[in-house]
Order: sequence, then C-alpha cells, then structure tokens
Amino acid sequence: MRDVAIIGIGHTKFGRASKTSLELFSEAALQAVDDAGVGLKDIEALFQGAALPGFEEGQVMPAGFSAAELNLDPIPATRFEGACASASIAIRDAALWVGTGEYDIVLAGGVEKALMMGTSFATRTFAMSCHAPTEGPAGLTFPGVFAMAARCYAKNYDLPLDTLREKMARVSVKNHRHGALNPLAQFYKKLSDLKVEDVVNSRMVADPLTLLDCCPFSDGASALVLCPAEEARKYTDEPVYVLGTGQGSGGPLSKMEDLTKPVSRISSAKTAFKHAKLSPKDIDVVEAHDCFTIAELIALECMGFFDWGEAAEATAEGQTDLGGKIPVNMSGGLIGKGHPIGATGASQVYWIVKQMRGEAPKGNQIDPVPEYGMTDTLGGDFGTLCHIILGRSKRKE
Amino acid sequence: MVKMAGRAQEEIEKELAKEYTVLTYADYEAGIKEGKLLGLQCASCDKITCHPMPVCQWCGSRTLERTELSGEGELETFTVIRVPSEGFEDDTPYIPCLVKTKEGPSVVGRLDYDTERATQDLLGKRVKMGGAYTYKGDKFSGGPRTCPVFGVIE
Repeated sequence: MRDVAIIGIGHTKFGRASKTSLELFSEAALQAVDDAGVGLKDIEALFQGAALPGFEEGQVMPAGFSAAELNLDPIPATRFEGACASASIAIRDAALWVGTGEYDIVLAGGVEKALMMGTSFATRTFAMSCHAPTEGPAGLTFPGVFAMAARCYAKNYDLPLDTLREKMARVSVKNHRHGALNPLAQFYKKLSDLKVEDVVNSRMVADPLTLLDCCPFSDGASALVLCPAEEARKYTDEPVYVLGTGQGSGGPLSKMEDLTKPVSRISSAKTAFKHAKLSPKDIDVVEAHDCFTIAELIALECMGFFDWGEAAEATAEGQTDLGGKIPVNMSGGLIGKGHPIGATGASQVYWIVKQMRGEAPKGNQIDPVPEYGMTDTLGGDFGTLCHIILGRSKRKE
Repeated sequence: MVKMAGRAQEEIEKELAKEYTVLTYADYEAGIKEGKLLGLQCASCDKITCHPMPVCQWCGSRTLERTELSGEGELETFTVIRVPSEGFEDDTPYIPCLVKTKEGPSVVGRLDYDTERATQDLLGKRVKMGGAYTYKGDKFSGGPRTCPVFGVIE
C-alpha cells in the first residue's frame, strides 16, 4: 500500500444554509481543489458522505449528481452512509483506494442539510440509525441513547448524577468557547461565556441531558483532496499525511456489554493507532465526536487518552483544553461548530489540517503547531465508528 | 454425453424453501403481545439470544432452538424523553429502558413508571415484563412495532 496525503481542504459555513446540498458540496469541493492547486479534470473518483439526503431534499444517489455538478462525470462517484460517521468512512475508503494505486487524485468529503427538517422530523430521521425493530417502538432518540449512557457512566464510577452533570457541562462550556471563535461555526460569536449552571439549567431534552448538552442540527459541507504521499509536495508545501485509519461496527444497544465502553470505538481506535505506529501519548490534538457532552468523555476514554472513568474529572481540570494534556475540539466540536452529520468527519479532518498549518483561529490554535492529530467519528448509537490519525511528516518506517 | 446447462425448476424451488430463521421477528412481537418474552437457546454455548437473530448473539453458532425467557431482570439504564421524535408526541414524557434479563441478554423496552419520580436510584432495580407497547408506525417504520414494557418490582 502507498502512503496517502491530504493536499487540499474546503469547508462551508456551518449553520442554516439556503443553498442546496449539491451547491454546498460543490463549494467545499472547489475550495479544496483550489487549495490543492489541482484542476477538476485531475479528480479520478469522488467519495461522498451523506446520511439523510432522501429525507432532506428527496435526493437519493447524491454522489453521482455532485460529480456531474462539478463536471466530473463519468468518474466513479459513491455515497458513503454510516450515519454521523458518513464522511469519515468516505475519507477512509478514499485513502485506501489511493493507497492501492487504483487512483492518484481523489475528492472526499460530505454534506448534510439537516436543519431545515425541523427538530421533530430531524429527531425522527436521526433516530433511524437506532436499531429500528427494538429501539424504534421504545421511542429512543439520539439524546435518549446518550442520556442512558450518562446514567451508566455515573453508576459505573459511583458519581452522583448531579456531579456528573456539572462535569459534563464543562465539555459544552469549552466547546462553545472555541466554537464562538471559529468564523465557520454555527455558534460563531455566540455562547462564548457559557457557565456550567447555564448548561445544567437549560431545557431538559432526555434526562439527564439538556439542550446545551446537545449539538445542534446543521447544514454544511466539507471536502478534501487526497493524493499519494510521494506526490504531495508537487502540490503543496504543507501536506498532511494519513498515518492510520480504523473503522468499527456495533449493533443494537441490547448487544452492548457496557454503553460507556463501546467495543466498536475501542477496536476502531486501536486499528488506527496500530497502522500509524503511534499511541495516544504521541497525539497533540483531537477532534472527537461530541454529539453530546457525555459522548466526548466516552470517546476520550475509548481512544485511550484517559483511563476508564477519568475523562470527566480531567475535563473539569482543563486537561482537554488549550494548554492541557490533550486539547480536544479546538474547532468548537459538534457542539460549538455544528453537526451537518454527513459532513462532520471531513470537517474534523479539515480542522486538524488547519491546526497543522497554524491557520486555526486565534484562541483555538495550538502553539507550537501540532505534529500529530486524530479524529474520532461516531455514527448511530455506536453502530459505525471511524478514526483517522494525521501527521505533518510521513509515516515512520 | 454433453451435460446440458441449467437446473431443474423443482431443484431451485427446493433450495429456496430452506428456512434460515428459527424465530422470526413477527413471532417474537406476537409473543410480547401475549406476555411472553421469546428467545433462542444455543446448543453450542448454552447461552440465550434475545431479541431473535439468525445466529447466536454470543458465539455466532447456528444451532439455535426457540425458548421462553422469564421476562425478569435488572434495570441497566433508562431515560425520560422530553423532546420526542415526530410521531411520539402523545406519549411524551416516556421512559425507554435497557434491561439485563435473568437469562443473560439485554432487552430494550419501555419502563412503566412515574416520569417525575424516575431517578438514578432506579438503576439496578429488579424489573419484570408486564405488558407490551405497540407503536402505530409511520411512513418509514414498515408498519407497527411492538416492544416489551417493564415494571419495577418494589
């Protein structure tokens, strides 16, 4: 397998978009192509994450139309669907296909227009990535699943639920503070000085998770250009290398041993570390899937950044903020930046690349620039997990 | 003699008739409606699979036989849904829950309990299946769906 690099990145403003999904993805793609300094005619394949286009715009098979929109047809264009991890699995496959030598230059990313569905219908469609036969009639929603996990977390570690709620709130406070500094974020210049009490006292969505424990529904797109590592410096002085990827699958909640220790996530992260020949202590920055505050804590423990049960306290101590042991979601994460589900994985990679180029917004940029970064993306209730490890230098031999 | 290409229709039909599913989801749901929690007993590892799956949920073996669970277990976790999906407005607030059955597998269902009194100390409580909840379904659900309803044994 050849090593692979990211040479161009693009990202629309997240939030409410009046443009169509095809327009949004095209904008991100054109930014990425311009950033890479390649021509559209150089693109050999398109790997596109999109979770719910059929419900949002009545559009199935969006990848083919996205390719056509950019006059890329008839190149192969494939939609990847892994709920909220759709873009990450698209990027992982793109890297694998470039790695095999089948293609040299490809476009990968994702798009979503979830905000226009409204809370009630969006909640319904998001819940479609729960196990429909068993969790459907139980009326589980996504906040519901993570609320159940939060209760397990409190029980496992003998934490009074109110104590855990305050510690979880620190995730929202941190991610909103960074999101407020990010001009592409849904909550740019908003909620920058949120207090723990604001999070705990906001509207209850699924007990014990409140509205401010949750990420928003969002519209947006993000795209990347990938090429073989040995070609990367022909296009850019600052390539970012894909050092390792992992993917894991879960199943119905009822099949899980412990909701706070999803095997799908542990296994996916391990695979990525193994490919990258790195361990958690090597990583300088993480973009983790903070769909809910509790989700960030579970993610960091599963990836091995903290021991079981220690991420809540570590977060409260500031260990996951700028200057801490491992800065997490300096883009604002899903909570502060927004979560157009099919685009999120590409957005996470985009912000790691920005960090590595020293181009993140002031107040979010890690200094000195990080050498190694990692993304963590979760689809469904632990149904699809994907991890991508990125570096400023090529993989160690 | 040259062998003629193609297979007899009867032979293909016989192959199609082979049944791979020991307990169908429809039978499982019908059981819940009758107050029975049905599952599958594995001859290889002796463990119980529930809800029904085509192979053992623990060891992957295909040597499964129908069985009935007690419907009793321990409340693993729950939540009170305050912001529901479209179609669940009339139920709100309500309590989805995860129950670890006495026989081993966990089951998702609903908890019949006062939503204003449902607090963290419910975790670990003994529960028993006491009925069924049938969601009427929407355009996307493939018809109505039924899950068990559990009650707390005080």
